[in-house]
Amino acid sequence: MRIKLDINGTVQEVDTEPRTTLLDCLRDNLNLKGAHAGCEHGVCGACTVLFDGEAVRSCLMFAAQAEGTPIVTIEGVSPGPGELSPIQDAFCETHGMQCGYCTPAMVLVAHALLADNPNPKREDIVDAISGNLCRCTGYAQIIDAIALAAERLRGDNRPAELRS
Amino acid sequence: MKAAPFEYSRVADIDEACALLATDDGARVIAGGQTLVPMMAMRLARPTRLIDINRIAALSYIRLEDDALAIGATTRQSLVERSALVKETLPLLAHAVPHIGHAATRARGTVGGSIANADPAAELPLIAITLDATFNVRGGGKTSDIAARDFFVGPMVTALPEGAILAAVRFPVWRGDRIGVGFHEVNARRSDFAFVSAAAQVAMKADGTCERIAIGVGAVTDFPMRLDSAEQALQGTALDDDAVRAAVSQALAGIEALEDLHASATYRQRVAIKLATRAIIDAREHAHGRPPHAH
Ligand code: FES
Ligand code: FES
Repeated sequence: MRIKLDINGTVQEVDTEPRTTLLDCLRDNLNLKGAHAGCEHGVCGACTVLFDGEAVRSCLMFAAQAEGTPIVTIEGVSPGPGELSPIQDAFCETHGMQCGYCTPAMVLVAHALLADNPNPKREDIVDAISGNLCRCTGYAQIIDAIALAAERLRGDNRPAELRS
Repeated sequence: MKAAPFEYSRVADIDEACALLATDDGARVIAGGQTLVPMMAMRLARPTRLIDINRIAALSYIRLEDDALAIGATTRQSLVERSALVKETLPLLAHAVPHIGHAATRARGTVGGSIANADPAAELPLIAITLDATFNVRGGGKTSDIAARDFFVGPMVTALPEGAILAAVRFPVWRGDRIGVGFHEVNARRSDFAFVSAAAQVAMKADGTCERIAIGVGAVTDFPMRLDSAEQALQGTALDDDAVRAAVSQALAGIEALEDLHASATYRQRVAIKLATRAIIDAREHAHGRPPHAH
């Protein structure tokens, strides 16, 4: 079947089977490999994308169901080629990743969280990433990364006299 | 981990969905898909056709209807979680919803989907049983109501008639100044399936006695149970800790609890007594405007 998907601001037409998950469609039809296939049954969170701004698991939805809803993948968060979003930057700086398998999902969860709550408490961050497994970092640096990104996005790391 | 092939039909209204369901034996309705899609990926479910009801706008709402809060079947759990109306009218539901899966599954998972799926450990069936919810069902061009107590038949088995679709859930709203709620569950990790869950809602009188009480326990039996005998024993009392514990212990004494790799039947029974007791005590304190005890 032919479907139209709104990915990272562009509508793309793909030919796919009804049984193709959004995850497989992104990776195999659209060559967007940033959504990772971990468990493929909703347990690990590695396949997270933003669906209408909310973090969802792309392995738990068929591509055909996603027609017409704006989707953002990790490929869509950087402001320009060769640049990183403030959240991605913060992950680099705090060593919020090791092997990187969980990272695109963690970054997208952070995007969804900070869009909703610019001033999250540590528990809010822990809760937000609680559906995403990381087998490397032990999570502490990921939490630090999101806290740092939140601070920067609020403008809190500007010199005191420049803060509004 | 790839689903077997199937036909996909996106329907515009519920009668179209029912009609399709009636013509195709292997067809299944998909709402949020947070249980069905993994089942299909593991090929534990192999529907020949998926009838996608997600786009039926008329099935997604939260609104007051007389003395009940009605929630459309495809209303996302995340919407219920954020609803001020739910917080105000159904504090017990508001308490329980954050325990359903995690944020990413609540963003897709629906109220009707979780109820129709009838997992013994799921939170929504427990709250529906505890609050005596009514399920509004559509099939064959007719609408009917099924009481929560009659709806759940076994683990993942319901009394939903063949070819019918759950359209809405109506939760009765308790009115009064001294309504209190309590909810507890035990699982290996937060957001995992509950081994035991318990919910309680009470209405207290000005003199400190209990006017009305509802107690439910989930994940322990084939479907969530009400502790009727404990409710009867406790109504009219001040819900003293010892009386609560005794009534709950007695109500759960003879049950045949579920048993699996994670939790034995005796464990489930023991924990159910603890959690139901805590839920009632929390509800009592909440009704009196006091913070919950440290248990
Ligand atoms: S790949 Fe989707 S949750 Fe693991
Ligand atoms: S960095 Fe390796 S899984 Fe998270």
